[in-house]
Amino acid sequence: MGIAEGNMMAVAAGMASCGKIAFASTFAVFAAGRAFEQIRNSICYPNLNVKVCATHAGLSVGEDGASHQAIEDIAVMRVLPNMTVISPADAVETKFAVKAAIEHEGPVYLRLGRLSVPVIYNESSYKFELGKGIELAEGNDAAIIATGLMVNAALEAKALLQQEGINARVIDIHTIKPIDVDMIVKAARETGAIVTAEEHNIIGGLGSAVAEVLSENYPVPLVRVGVQDKFGKSGKPDKLLEMYGLTASDIVKSTKAVLKKKAGKL
Amino acid sequence: MKKMDTKALKKYAVRVRKHIIDEVYNASSGHPGGSLSCTDILTVLYFAEMRVDPKQPLWEDRDRFVLSKGHCSPALYGVLAEKGFFPKEDLLTFRKADSYLEGHPSMRNVPGVDMSTGSLGQGISAAVGMAMAGKLDNKDYRVYAILGDGELQEGEVWEASMAAAHYKLDNLAVFLDYNGLQIDGKITDVLSPEPVADKFKAFGWNVLKTDGHDIEKILEALKQAKDCKGKPTIIIAKTIKGKGVSYMENQAGWHGSAPNKEQRDQAMAELDKVLAELEVE
Repeated sequence: MGIAEGNMMAVAAGMASCGKIAFASTFAVFAAGRAFEQIRNSICYPNLNVKVCATHAGLSVGEDGASHQAIEDIAVMRVLPNMTVISPADAVETKFAVKAAIEHEGPVYLRLGRLSVPVIYNESSYKFELGKGIELAEGNDAAIIATGLMVNAALEAKALLQQEGINARVIDIHTIKPIDVDMIVKAARETGAIVTAEEHNIIGGLGSAVAEVLSENYPVPLVRVGVQDKFGKSGKPDKLLEMYGLTASDIVKSTKAVLKKKAGKL
Repeated sequence: MKKMDTKALKKYAVRVRKHIIDEVYNASSGHPGGSLSCTDILTVLYFAEMRVDPKQPLWEDRDRFVLSKGHCSPALYGVLAEKGFFPKEDLLTFRKADSYLEGHPSMRNVPGVDMSTGSLGQGISAAVGMAMAGKLDNKDYRVYAILGDGELQEGEVWEASMAAAHYKLDNLAVFLDYNGLQIDGKITDVLSPEPVADKFKAFGWNVLKTDGHDIEKILEALKQAKDCKGKPTIIIAKTIKGKGVSYMENQAGWHGSAPNKEQRDQAMAELDKVLAELEVE
């Protein structure tokens, strides 16, 4: 389809209207950004079976810099009626997410990164259920709810917190919409303190989605780890994740902060 | 498909024009000017060209139609109702909150509508996708679309045009409803798309020109489009905005406004007169 994202999305819609499962892929910035309105009007409004595979999401695109780093795509995709938003954590989850996207009838936004990330899941035992989170580690002091490459950082944070006697639960939310309300409310009830972690603006993404669930169902202290409402920049992916506060140690700090809130000290 | 004679097609076109006036009058809003300009093209498509079955609006092998200039839904709805896709009485519910006849065509609500449109530039891309799907599936259905001339100002039209030629979509025929006016005035004053024919030629299309109100010429152009292999066809149809209603003709002001009672009655009287003349001939 060439370098013509708007056309590609509406072409995919036309194909889907004829019974095809259409996959349309480009950088997340250009899928959710440039082609937003084609996704809205030609795909979501008629509820067509198009899978938007958005690659190079987040700051970890690295050297290409801010123009190519989507930090707002989850926000703009999850507000669209009929849209399902998936943000997998590793290669195994991605593989299953693609299958789930095919099986699901209707528009899907699949958020993928460019950076190689550690494989968390075992393919032989992994089970993907659309709209259901995965509790990766038990713990009742606080719950870290993460998505995408931040799931691995959350597991690292869990290990670091453990050394200090803090027992954190880790939840992978691969489907940001529809979000797993039950699992989030259960975590709030059982831990009383939530940290969210995402490679996305703290406005509108996973943190906001979790905040919506908590404030309507079971309000508890929340701290959001994510991009603090600013654009990215060029650099090595790991360096950028560090500069923008998206590492395991940032999650550790935020978990301690949320625990203070929980104890009523803030 | 049963071929219709020219006179019968002309009568259908007048009836559709009457529907347009009534739809827009009853809704107190809508787009009569551009609807009236593409009425003859739509009538020929649905009554003499396209393989469709009102009893099976989702028939897999049907020809597809995309109204890329979606704001001219009154014309499309009028034709679909005349063709029997839904009851004609429903046209009077156009744009009302309890109606399925959305202001702009919605494929999920309106039987016979193949693609939801309204955001200019996107319909032609969807038509390209339908034509590509037809080729991939070795289906012999054809895809038709109507573009507005002001719509040519949307960059996506040219992205879609590049793709249509690249994929050699000879199963795609697009009409350009060239009435020369958009909401703010003459298209050549607002942002000229000229030279239109040269542009489409340069993009690799089979370019035809016709009179968008001459039934026989429209039919001839469609035949030529079918005969052309390896290229998509654009039929540049010279039309008159507001065609058939004297006070609306060539008036940009009638792009998106509804007639009052008196204007509605005058329009109906004019159209009834044409219909009566056709009966006598």
